[in-house]
Amino acid sequence: MYLLQFDWFIVLEKFILIAAIVTIALVVAMYSTYAERKIAAFLQDRRGPNRAGPFGLLQPMADGLKLFMKEEIIPLASSKFLFILGPMLAMITATMTSAVIPWGTTIEIAGRQVPLQIADINIGILYVFGVVSLGVYGIMIGGWASNNKFSLIAAIRGASQMISYELAMGLALIAVLMISGSLRLSVIVQEQIQHGWNIIYQPLGFLIFFICALAECNRTPFDLPEAENELNFGYHQEYSSMKLGFYLFAEYINMFISSVIMATLFFGGYDIPFVNEGAWGNAWWVGVVGFGVLMLKAVLFIFLFMWIRWTIPRFRYDQLMNLGWKKLLPLALANMLLTAVVVLLLNR
Amino acid sequence: MQALTKRSKQVDRRPMTAMEKMYLPSIIKGMGITFSHLFKKKPTINYPEQQRPFSAVFRGVQILNRDEEGRERCTACGLCAVACPAEAITMEAAERQPGEENLYREEKYAAKYEINMLRCIFCGFCEEACPKDAIYLTQTFTPANYGREGFIYKKEDLLIPNPVTQPEEYAKAKGTIGKDIK
Repeated sequence: MYLLQFDWFIVLEKFILIAAIVTIALVVAMYSTYAERKIAAFLQDRRGPNRAGPFGLLQPMADGLKLFMKEEIIPLASSKFLFILGPMLAMITATMTSAVIPWGTTIEIAGRQVPLQIADINIGILYVFGVVSLGVYGIMIGGWASNNKFSLIAAIRGASQMISYELAMGLALIAVLMISGSLRLSVIVQEQIQHGWNIIYQPLGFLIFFICALAECNRTPFDLPEAENELNFGYHQEYSSMKLGFYLFAEYINMFISSVIMATLFFGGYDIPFVNEGAWGNAWWVGVVGFGVLMLKAVLFIFLFMWIRWTIPRFRYDQLMNLGWKKLLPLALANMLLTAVVVLLLNR
Repeated sequence: MQALTKRSKQVDRRPMTAMEKMYLPSIIKGMGITFSHLFKKKPTINYPEQQRPFSAVFRGVQILNRDEEGRERCTACGLCAVACPAEAITMEAAERQPGEENLYREEKYAAKYEINMLRCIFCGFCEEACPKDAIYLTQTFTPANYGREGFIYKKEDLLIPNPVTQPEEYAKAKGTIGKDIK
């Protein structure tokens, strides 16, 4: 009769949490498009969107509406099932990663301990890693199903880029694992709150992880799959209407999620630096403050992503492979070995 | 070798140093440059709200003038049409009938007067050719239109508002005539 004792409130609690986090991710992604245009404009001495609403704040809604109103075109020569599956996969994998991220401390609501994390699984990092690798299927399937040379080249480029950069990314992560001693993301954050942020111990690891994150999100300087000038927008060239919107949206969600993951792994997650917030107890507002801090860190990372995009030109394909395999991979390996030796010597 | 101009610069072809090979210092420098642009003054003018002033001799859309009593000055002599290098102006003359003295200044007037704005090059020769002070170039430019027909301006589009019945509109339209102010 174990099932009858099942705590049904946990279902409700998780459901609300999932809805809230997906909504937040979508809203952040929406306003990332606005921020991207504004930052691009400011870096180029322009004004950016300023017509829809005050300061152009309603621009994302207008863009979304426009995409919905556009004609839906599925090319005759395309594989229809895969053509529709592509953007779906991109969107699903982009939002799925948010499940294991600890968004705040465990808080107390009506006498219940509510962790602000959808699933505190003990293989958190592996899960993130697995889902991020799945993300390339959206690009590959979309590019393949389009039955277009440019899209196919873009899809192949995207796949090879992902595979190349995942290695260095994984190795950079292993160094973090060695320090925290757990794959569980909540433990990694707790460890950082007690012993200081991982960026202090792993500056090189963070740099490698950050460069790889740029590549995994298909952001400039690694945006080869959608290279506007050589591949004509690459894998989503044949897409129109909201399917195109999903692809563009998935990119921004990916960016948001990877910003949050970087903040969680290297910058102490929801930890406020130089403040012992553990002494504040676990009222609901502590969770909100922690969440706000995490969001602030994520927003700073998103700004960094955009700042880089509007500064650095795109890598050539051979340069990309060169950097990934000949520079980042050995560096990440060396970083891992060094960390292993130091951890072993200090016996931490 | 002697340089052909004073502007030629010696290119540094030394192999890159370890620092340069890392790229990161240069990338950070470049990002500093873009970041400094965040705070620069923007040269953009918010167009419909703010407008750049035209020069006093700006030549824009033509206007057909009236005299103080609101009578059309044009006598359909055709000198503007002859002067026009783009052949944008066409007109048809008509004789003033008794009782129309309050409408037209002289015995002959333009029953039809059209300027094709797609042909017009805004040279201002029509204004110079006119012996009757009837046509002037204003400080406004041709607004956009959806079809070609919309760019053929009829007499109703070109005539200045009547100073007797619509003094406000007349003053406003008069103000757009640049060279008339002198």
